[in-house]
Amino acid sequence: MVSAAAVEAKNVTKIFGVGQDGVRALDRVSVTIRENEFFTLLGPSGCGKTTLLRLIAGFDFPTEGEILLYGQDIAPLPPYKRPVNTVFQNYSLFPHMTVGQNIGFGLEMLGKPKAEVDARVTEMLRLVRMEELRNRKTSQISGGQQQRVALARALAPQPKVLLLDEPLSALDYKLRKDMQIELKRLQNETGITFIFVTHDQEEALTMSDRIAVMSKGHILQVGSPREIYDHPAERFVANFIGETNFLKGDVAGIAGGKADVRLAGGTAVAATLPEGFAPNGGVTVVIRPEHAQVAPAGGRATLNGTVENVVYFGTDTHIHLRLDEGGEFIVRQQNSRDRPVTVVQGDKAGVLIGDNVAQVLRD
Amino acid sequence: MTAATKPFIVNRMPGFGTMAIAVFLMLYLPISLLIIFSFNERESLAVWGGFSWRWYEAAWQNRDIKDAAFRSLWLAGFAATIATAAATLAAIATTRGKPFLGMTTVYAVINMPLMVPEIVTAVALLIFFAWIKVATGYTGAAYLVAAHAAFCVPFAYLPIRARLESMDATLEVAAADLYASPWQAFRRITLPLLWPGIIAGFMLAFVISLDDVVITEHIKSAGMETLPTYMLGQLRRSMSPEVNAVSAIFFLLSVVLVTFFFFLNRKK
Repeated sequence: MVSAAAVEAKNVTKIFGVGQDGVRALDRVSVTIRENEFFTLLGPSGCGKTTLLRLIAGFDFPTEGEILLYGQDIAPLPPYKRPVNTVFQNYSLFPHMTVGQNIGFGLEMLGKPKAEVDARVTEMLRLVRMEELRNRKTSQISGGQQQRVALARALAPQPKVLLLDEPLSALDYKLRKDMQIELKRLQNETGITFIFVTHDQEEALTMSDRIAVMSKGHILQVGSPREIYDHPAERFVANFIGETNFLKGDVAGIAGGKADVRLAGGTAVAATLPEGFAPNGGVTVVIRPEHAQVAPAGGRATLNGTVENVVYFGTDTHIHLRLDEGGEFIVRQQNSRDRPVTVVQGDKAGVLIGDNVAQVLRD
Repeated sequence: MTAATKPFIVNRMPGFGTMAIAVFLMLYLPISLLIIFSFNERESLAVWGGFSWRWYEAAWQNRDIKDAAFRSLWLAGFAATIATAAATLAAIATTRGKPFLGMTTVYAVINMPLMVPEIVTAVALLIFFAWIKVATGYTGAAYLVAAHAAFCVPFAYLPIRARLESMDATLEVAAADLYASPWQAFRRITLPLLWPGIIAGFMLAFVISLDDVVITEHIKSAGMETLPTYMLGQLRRSMSPEVNAVSAIFFLLSVVLVTFFFFLNRKK
């Protein structure tokens, strides 16, 4: 099913400050966020993800470019005229109001009759499972509960898009895990488009329908968690999300979106190419540690080397190899009873790389 | 152990206790004596002659004192209201608006009356108002109200600004996000959270106005005595324990206001 575009950013540039001192927080960013999707802006601090969110919310205005909400340019509208609501990093609940008053605030400002506001508040409290706390002051509830009130408050006016600015970063690990599931549930139940900002790759991978990886004011890659993880197109993306092995090689031939890459050790692997990229000559290939296997040296092995280190992690074991042609390679192998890791430090070992696991970087 | 390794804790220094007691005595003994002698049966400020409410009654009967007291109260009320309104607007402009060129100058100008010697302000106002009097012929109480309101502004401004600065500005952003227009956000979010600061500012301004002698003395018209200027006038002629009684009531009023101010500020 092809959904309509909920939010479209077109060549958006945001410069803070003026002249020489101006900081280019976003540089000609274009992205389309579909209706009903859980879309994540992922990147390190200072990459521009929060700036993009604030431009969609209306807290800042783009220096150049357009922001469309269901086809309408909202860039010049103040925040209170945009059918978009935000869950703030520190929640920003109104301390002089009760939980119920906080949740009803948006509807009240929209001029809804009191009965409708009350009914909606009840419904939202049920949605976030906090019915009994309606008349509490926001200072009298826990951090996790405040988080849920912030969510309910932002969802109550039924915004077309919900913006979430690192809402889980203040919670402890266990609560964060629960809230990830809770958020996904809320998104499914309400059918509202969520735009979620985070620097936490795990959070992004578990919750998102699609992820945009950002760095230095640019969007580097947009795709499903699986696409981003298995087929990173840029070195930054491969590095930022998960662990990766980088191998140098030369393109020997291209056929059907795949390149035949001859690695430095002499063997060849079939590697997926980034869309619309047809290299020629030297390229970098990435292979996730869990997509490779340790095998006896020589024979069918794609790469050969010496085991430098074996690190046990409980669920899996990391085997660090020094390759014969130079460079390091890490294999992550799941610990199973029938296939234990047998290599030890100093062993000669090979690495098996299957088809469809190598990815060429666009660099 | 050498002196250098000893932690420096000021209230453990030798002589600290004695010093503290001396300071408290200096501050509060005179006031205590004043209050005690306001209950003196005899018309003496030095010799005790038994307990009596006599001077309070006398003060209550005294028309001049009552006039001066009410004049002081309404003057302080008007002046503090005007000063607080101006200070609230100034505080919002200087903490919520975009930083603008010359903002430091604006701070300095707002707080200037705290630094300018009061007698200078008094003389300046005297001359300025004389000039207006000549031009308009008006000689009423508005001069006093205007003068008091003016020098009370910085006193009202300080607690209001402190409150605004400690307030989370993203609350207003959150209100805007939830469809509140700037005016609605101000009325529903900023103002309710700012109230303690505004009341504190008002009370501080009120007490400052109530207490003022120097400026009032210079610009009041004939017969426009406030309580402090009336008392000063009385002291010049003869020392009556009546003044003690009025001072004691005055003291009590200030203590009540300042205590209220203290609790209000602590509660946030």
